[in-house]
Amino acid sequence: MSWVNALVQGAMIGGFYALFACGLSLMFGVMKVINLAHGDMAVVAGYTAVFLAPKLHVAGVWSFIVVVPLFALVGYVLQRTLLQKSIDRDPFTTLLVTFGLSVVIENLLLQIYSANGQSVNIGSLISKSWQVSSTLYISYVSLVVLAVAVLMLGALQLFLSKTGTGRQIRAVSDDREAAQLCGANYRHLFGVAAAIAFGTVALAGISFGIMTQFAPTSGGVNLLFAFETVVIGGIGSVWGTLIGGILLGMAQQIGAHINPAYQILAGNALFLLVLAVRPQGLFGKKTALS
Amino acid sequence: MSKVKSLQHRSTGSITVRRSRISPLITLSGAVVLVAFLSWAPWILPAATVSIFMNFFILVIMATMWNLLAGYAGMVSIGQQGFVGLGAYATLYFAIKGVNPFVAIPLAILACGAIALPVTFLVFRLRGGYFSVATWVIADSAMLIIGSIALLGGGTGHYLPGLTNLSPDQLNHYTYLATWVVALLVVVATYLLLRSRMGLVLASVRDNEVASRSAGAKVTSTRRMVYIIAAAGCGAAGAVLAISQPFIQPGNEFNLQWAAEMLFVSMIGGLGTIEGPILGSIIFFVLQQLLQNWGAWYLIIFGTVAVVVAIWQPRGIWGLLRDRFNFELLPVGYRVVAGKEVADEAA
Amino acid sequence: MTDTTYDHSARSDSLLDVSELTVFHGQLCAVDQVSFHVNAGEVLAIIGANGAGKSTLLRTIAGLHKPSSGRISYKGEEISKLAAHRRVRKGISLVPEGRRLFASLSLEENLQVGAQNAAPGPFNIGYVYDLFDWMHERRNQKVRQFSGGEQQAVAIARALVANPQVLLLDEVSLGLAPIVIERIYEFIPNIVTQGIGVVLVEQDVTQGLQVATRVHCLLEGRTSLVGTPQELSPSAIERAYFGSDVTHGPAAQEGHV
Repeated sequence: MSWVNALVQGAMIGGFYALFACGLSLMFGVMKVINLAHGDMAVVAGYTAVFLAPKLHVAGVWSFIVVVPLFALVGYVLQRTLLQKSIDRDPFTTLLVTFGLSVVIENLLLQIYSANGQSVNIGSLISKSWQVSSTLYISYVSLVVLAVAVLMLGALQLFLSKTGTGRQIRAVSDDREAAQLCGANYRHLFGVAAAIAFGTVALAGISFGIMTQFAPTSGGVNLLFAFETVVIGGIGSVWGTLIGGILLGMAQQIGAHINPAYQILAGNALFLLVLAVRPQGLFGKKTALS
Repeated sequence: MSKVKSLQHRSTGSITVRRSRISPLITLSGAVVLVAFLSWAPWILPAATVSIFMNFFILVIMATMWNLLAGYAGMVSIGQQGFVGLGAYATLYFAIKGVNPFVAIPLAILACGAIALPVTFLVFRLRGGYFSVATWVIADSAMLIIGSIALLGGGTGHYLPGLTNLSPDQLNHYTYLATWVVALLVVVATYLLLRSRMGLVLASVRDNEVASRSAGAKVTSTRRMVYIIAAAGCGAAGAVLAISQPFIQPGNEFNLQWAAEMLFVSMIGGLGTIEGPILGSIIFFVLQQLLQNWGAWYLIIFGTVAVVVAIWQPRGIWGLLRDRFNFELLPVGYRVVAGKEVADEAA
Repeated sequence: MTDTTYDHSARSDSLLDVSELTVFHGQLCAVDQVSFHVNAGEVLAIIGANGAGKSTLLRTIAGLHKPSSGRISYKGEEISKLAAHRRVRKGISLVPEGRRLFASLSLEENLQVGAQNAAPGPFNIGYVYDLFDWMHERRNQKVRQFSGGEQQAVAIARALVANPQVLLLDEVSLGLAPIVIERIYEFIPNIVTQGIGVVLVEQDVTQGLQVATRVHCLLEGRTSLVGTPQELSPSAIERAYFGSDVTHGPAAQEGHV
């Protein structure tokens, strides 16, 4: 593998990381909640897709038509009940509760599905790729996932900037109390933000299952990459998330190019470097930290 | 009106400040009996029970440290398994270099404390959830780095050398005693620490950080001290873990499950009390033994209970008992008692 | 305390009616058995020293704090248990202390958020662009670039586009130059003629007295004086503001610590 190839493959996977991270970033930006069960929700979405596909008589990949709205609903309900209850207490409680959820989900999946890997069937597309030059191949799967990620982020950006609900969500994330004084029902808006976050994470989980195998324990690593993407890109910036994902993907591929054992470590190193030098992230505002 | 009441107390002038209602003598004699029993345990209990006791003590060490960190100093770390792993691997390193593993325990503790110091300068730039995930990334990185060192067995693992000259019985007894003594020291040290000046600073920060900062409390340096102590304590847990389960592997020593267990145990037992993590550990082990044929269900049930406790009973089971019966075994705070109540108790 | 007796007969036709309202902040009683009413076209000034409970009173009417006892009625309907955002939709808007604009939104977006759940009525974004003529030109700028006076105007405009019938103003003059304050207050007579009742909280007594039709003075959470600006003497107001009993103040403070 050449260096160019490493950078290109890194950039391709960066779109996937951004897809993973945008829900985490949205929930942190709006509710100031870090959902430590975020990665596990993606894994649950992957299992749901694998479980539903034969029942719907479609290839695994099409199950997103059912799984994404289903997860949006789950997100809304979870936010209005358990998460809202813990937000009402304090930020400390939300960390404990989402970490508890994460461990419970992971072990439930282990009980139900065992530790074996699963993947989402995408048909014949899986093996095809686009030959850019004699040494550079880009698989169609990663192209599709990157395209989905860019479309998703674009749609999210449009929703937040152009619609009334999007505007209210931004208002609530700026100043929750002032938004209430403008007649905004912040609990409902939190629910909407969680619905979007869970919908996107379901899409990310299915994409993950298309690209590689997942297991009940994949959630932790997913959360790690999503969080690193958010921090590198900066909270509250949709396109910053994409850049963050691409940079993380490139760092990991460069690390892997040096030594396969350094793949994740190189990503962690970039993350810690950004934290040390620019903790608000490359495109974030300083206020996100306090 | 509250205004009137507090003025009345002031006027009688007989407010007494004390720590607990239970006489220290009763607590002390109970403690002596318990310590004597637990020190004799390996000679009178079957080996399987002794092994459960060892695991119990390791969990008590971790939970006590996590409780100090999160319950008293408000730092929700989900990366303490990093220091457990580093403690285990430091023990392994010293043992490979020819140091007796039991002698290596204090060295491993010091090593973890020393590693924690530079870590604080990075993670203390962050608050809340950012802090939590950063601690986790650091633990993950530590695992990946350790796993790439061939001397320490890389990703596949390494046996802890230096234990073969002991007979199985001796090894079992010594390991038990090491685990028990470390657990006892950690709990006692935490207790003394919280009764010291540092405990007062932590209590004032917990009540109101801004106010205590402006009143001159050294908030950051106290937090740093607590972080280092908790790292050293978790390193101690890792060191005794390495001796009690002497095949050392990155995936086992750095397991995120340690973080889950210390968190759940502290939550359920009661954050911000010395007794809480110990009670939580007892409940955890009882549940684990009851459900030992049911795979991971004990963790699912325990995690669910922890979530429920966090939302509806944030002071934990010990907090519930204490509120109901109004007593403390190991009081670290003070109770303000009005004049009349003192007279009542004296009578 | 004869001058603080509350006339219950005023309840029937008043827009906003607060009776025996008590609010606690933890152990501290911030508002203690306060009663008043506001009619359409009236401006009620609530004055008092720092910590007298003025802001808490307004925030409780807006629904941001829960009262521990007493009732708040709006057009004869009890609203004490209604969520804050529902009160806005009924026609009660608070301009909070410190402006509290949405910093990452543009001026127009701030107003759009304000208008999104508006009650029916005469005010809309076009109306406030007429009222504050500089706004239209700068509608696409982010509000954090604005001066303090401009931000205060945006905060008032944001509350107005929700079409309130009761407008609550919390310390709108705080931190502004006198000339700016005067311009800010110019809009009040304008909107009062449309049948709106205004409750304003001011630490600056002269400012409060100038625009008010009635004055309500708070001292440590309790009503210490009520009346019209014409019938109250400066010395009576001073007593009600600072407390007449010199030894009372420090002793009470000590009791709270």
